[in-house]
Amino acid sequence: MTMAIIGRPLARVDGRAKVTGAARYAADFNQPGQAYAVIVSATVGLGRVTGMDSAAIEKMPGILAVLSHLNAPRLAYGQHKSYIDPATGERLHVLQDERIRFHGQPVAVVVATTIAQAERAAAALRVSYNAERPVVDSAGPEARPIVPEAGRQPDARLPADKARGDADRALAESPVKVDETYDIARENHNPMEPHATIASWNGDRLTLWSKSQFVVNEQAEIAAIFGLPLENVTVICPFIGGAFGTSLRTWPHVTLAAMAAQHVRRPVKLVLTRKQMFFTTGHRPRTVQRIALGATADGKLTSVVHEGTGETSRYEEFMEALTSVTTFLYSCPNVRTRYRLVPVDTGTPNHMRGPGEASGVFALECAMDELAYKLRLDPIDLRRRNEPAIDEGENKPFSSRSLMRCYDLGAEHFGWARRTPEPRSMRDGRLLVGMGVASASYPAFHAPATARARLLPDGTAEVEIAASDMGPGTYTSMTQVAAETLGLPVERVRFSLGRSDYPPAPSHGGSWTMASVGSAIRAACIAVREEAAKGRTDRPIEATASSQRDPQAAERFSMHSFGAVFVEIAVDPDVGTIRVRRAVGAYGIGRVVNPRLARSQCTGGMVGGIGMALMERTVLDARDGRPVNAHMADYLMPVNLDILQLEAHFVEEADPHVNQLGVKGLGEIALVGIAPAIANAVFHATGKRVRALPIRIEDVLTA
Amino acid sequence: MLPFTIEKVRSVEAAIAAASSGRRLIAGGTTLIDLMRDEVEQPQQLVDINALPLSEIRVDRSDLVIGALARMADVAAHPDVQRLHPMVAESLIEGASPQLRNMASIGGNLLQRVRCPYFRMLDAACNKRSPLSGCAALGGLNAGHAILGTSDHCVATHPSDVAVTLVALDATMRVVGPKGERTFLVEELFRLPGDTPHLEHTLLPGELIVEVRVPGGPVGRRGRYLKVRDRASYEFALVSAAAALDVADGVIRGARLAVGGVGTRPWRMRAVESALIGKVPDRKVFEAAARLALEGALPLSGNRYKLELLPRTIVRAFEMTGGIA
Amino acid sequence: MAVVPQVAAQSTSEGSPSAPTARVRLAVNGVRHELDLDTRQSLLDVLREDLGLTGTKKGCNQGACGACTILLNGRRVVSCLTLAAMHDGATVETIEGLEKNGELHPLQSAFVEHDGLQCGFCTPGQIMSAVGCIAEGHAGSPDDIRFWMSGNICRCGAYPGIVAAVADAAKRV
Repeated sequence: MTMAIIGRPLARVDGRAKVTGAARYAADFNQPGQAYAVIVSATVGLGRVTGMDSAAIEKMPGILAVLSHLNAPRLAYGQHKSYIDPATGERLHVLQDERIRFHGQPVAVVVATTIAQAERAAAALRVSYNAERPVVDSAGPEARPIVPEAGRQPDARLPADKARGDADRALAESPVKVDETYDIARENHNPMEPHATIASWNGDRLTLWSKSQFVVNEQAEIAAIFGLPLENVTVICPFIGGAFGTSLRTWPHVTLAAMAAQHVRRPVKLVLTRKQMFFTTGHRPRTVQRIALGATADGKLTSVVHEGTGETSRYEEFMEALTSVTTFLYSCPNVRTRYRLVPVDTGTPNHMRGPGEASGVFALECAMDELAYKLRLDPIDLRRRNEPAIDEGENKPFSSRSLMRCYDLGAEHFGWARRTPEPRSMRDGRLLVGMGVASASYPAFHAPATARARLLPDGTAEVEIAASDMGPGTYTSMTQVAAETLGLPVERVRFSLGRSDYPPAPSHGGSWTMASVGSAIRAACIAVREEAAKGRTDRPIEATASSQRDPQAAERFSMHSFGAVFVEIAVDPDVGTIRVRRAVGAYGIGRVVNPRLARSQCTGGMVGGIGMALMERTVLDARDGRPVNAHMADYLMPVNLDILQLEAHFVEEADPHVNQLGVKGLGEIALVGIAPAIANAVFHATGKRVRALPIRIEDVLTA
Repeated sequence: MLPFTIEKVRSVEAAIAAASSGRRLIAGGTTLIDLMRDEVEQPQQLVDINALPLSEIRVDRSDLVIGALARMADVAAHPDVQRLHPMVAESLIEGASPQLRNMASIGGNLLQRVRCPYFRMLDAACNKRSPLSGCAALGGLNAGHAILGTSDHCVATHPSDVAVTLVALDATMRVVGPKGERTFLVEELFRLPGDTPHLEHTLLPGELIVEVRVPGGPVGRRGRYLKVRDRASYEFALVSAAAALDVADGVIRGARLAVGGVGTRPWRMRAVESALIGKVPDRKVFEAAARLALEGALPLSGNRYKLELLPRTIVRAFEMTGGIA
Repeated sequence: MAVVPQVAAQSTSEGSPSAPTARVRLAVNGVRHELDLDTRQSLLDVLREDLGLTGTKKGCNQGACGACTILLNGRRVVSCLTLAAMHDGATVETIEGLEKNGELHPLQSAFVEHDGLQCGFCTPGQIMSAVGCIAEGHAGSPDDIRFWMSGNICRCGAYPGIVAAVADAAKRV
């Protein structure tokens, strides 16, 4: 009955739809009679709207409505908080009052018959403000760090303070020390697909074709905002043009699209401009982190201190796992972590690929490299000397941990042995060559999910769940799970996702889709298979089943993916250009469902990491909070020419504890570890330690 | 975007007449349409000049002559351009993207507007866009801005790559207008911002660029264009240099240098050129000469690094002309 | 606040008269269309909103990402910075026109085979750009392809697969 379909490098089942233009993303679902809405964004960074000349706009050709806090309906904004929303604070209530909390906040929405008309009117709408000076620099003199409310309890998922031993005293007594501060710029997700929603009402029923990584939450949130029964709202999103976290939450534009469609009594399409993608749809918060490491002369860690602050908005406390990895990555008796937030006058940040961990691991892994140099140890050797037997933070065994095997495998593929440790010791002609390495880690999460499977009399099967596929290949991997479990060839399985009226899936993020959705599909398919085994029938056999992690396993084990990332860079010593020539990542992520897609996901994460390390930063103007480089040409991300040789390898790893499929997930870990490996390679190449991202030409010019 | 009418003209005379009456000429449109969408540009009448017979690329005696409507991609790919002035081709393909180079004309490239982010945002102060409103870049993000030719009113760099090469090579341009025809150095097209940053070029009302002429000669054949930027492609220059040397008997007889990314217009470096004449080309000579490039340079809060990067880029560009990998 | 002037004076005086239109004939994927268009409409918006050809994507609307790449009279261009009214009589090819009689274009199958895509949003632009890249003779080596495909950003980072796909298809086209 079992055919080995899981583990096969199948091509994407949705590949044909994507290469022919047939795959439909939110803004592709044009509706008959649809109008177009354009958001008007605040041009001040803090203050109040004092007036708006909508009368002039309403006379313009094709204008159907101008909605602002002056005339927008007061929405119910019923209680709604999902786990992807910050635990503390309340979402932005859009167009409900005159307050401006950050630059770019929506102040009006213009609806017109055509895009050109709506854009013109939105640009022409004159809004007057009473402006105050915002505070947007989370490391500036006006920054006031706070203890995150949801981290106050010691048993919080993301504790503000956590300690074992006496790290400060141990640090003071350590013969060898590193104590440095690392600064990572604010980044924006910038998926290729802008946020988009098409809203259509039929009486009091609302359909949203909307870009979302969490359609059932978008359904519930919009129902709460408009005071509708849950079943009156349907969210449809079969394809996502990349998201990287920006579409986890339901942002104000979705509400505005629905509000506009209700007002003009016809379907409305609302697509954010690229510039607006920098305002209200989350960002990776700027972080400033201190790492202090103490060690014995032979390289045994005696103290680890990790103090990090991340920016958040004034109205919500966005938290991420900035200091978590530090508590278990290495063996050390004295560890203290501290996590604080700095509220500033911006929109609320949001998870961006490899959230928290990517930022925290950058600081820790750069510091480890610095320590290795102080100790004159090979950086891999330093990590080997501090490899823990268990998760010392939780005092639990790991369900599986292959970090050292990752280093071995990666070092072999990369050719680490050829590296000479002295900075500036490796050259290729004029160019300075640097090799750097860093660890990566990300939790193996699992969330409850429910799937429906149906075996049809013609021998084909249908599987449905309200999951998402923003690019990793959910369509393909889930088809593989279903086909193998049902004992059918892949071609006989039709897998559907992205509708809120399918059985519920968790948010598509946190690297838990394969584990959670896959396990639910497996459960549903097993139920169908068992029913089918009872005898032939000419009616469809349908089963809906849920899955969740074995609570005992969760109690007993610490569950994480691990990886080792190797990077070779070349620095032009004359003009300071930095090029990543090779990157090799080796990962222990449990079972690999589809090696072809898994490799793509990993190398894609490396590209994101190269952007983080060398290019990406959103610059805010301190005077008015404006993101100055809110333009695709000014917010740099890698282009094809920036990317040379990337390799991903997987160590064999069987983990029976994480879930029935034995998968640990890899979308997030793929971005963790790249940036520190690059920063470490920059030091190796140039002898200059750059502790602020992105590392740019000007940083290495005087090395 | 504001509404506008659009008409197509088929003769240079008709284009001049249209431009003289205040209508706006459009060729490739890659700058203009982008800025119209942001309403930085608000023309009400557009005149499409793409049907004019001005796309020819030819050799006249030893000069290279490029029609104003020739597309960047076509100029870069032309065998005569690659043979006579490889640095022209090099500077073209280092700019924009393949798609944009298929669209953008040489004339339009020279007249493209600045990339200062504040210029592009209607709600920011910008003397160029809105005279006397102030310059937001002075106290804001100015890492990419100029250190040469700036004023209290404007510090934006001229973004063209090929203009830098053309200025280095003493290229001239022929323009026609209601009062007839003029020919002048490409370098003379660009104004300094001074206290009138909204005036960017020296074309008279109704004038149309017809062609660009690059003089032939040995110096151009071994010229190189070096563009330094944080990503490998599809980005404007932090600093660029168009450098060429004529070396005979081991001694520099002629030198050409213009730089981009640092000036409010493409910046010819004649002092550096003079300092090289008669010298034996080597790194020390280049370094000594390159220091002269900083004369009069005024860094802003965010672009001090250009004081370091500019001379290094110049040295490296000259090294490349000598085939030093 | 010195830095925040009120919005610069903009004309709203065009009042009620409708925006100028132009008659435009286009052959899109071999199908002829005759359209009366607002002169402001980009070719991208015409394809997506008027002709229902949503395969071509709007990624930035700024000419800075390449997602909207099409072939205009055989050359790859960004359709977001192309005014439809300037291209009366033009031939346009989009992603929807590549497949012939149910057969994928070699580039289309190569993108699937080499996994030169993830989310798929930039893919139509990548493929149309690659058609141009190969036709221009710029697909001779991986380095060539990287350089001449750098006008198409892929945020998922599928570049290695894209390069492999273009190199492979270049041999078959």
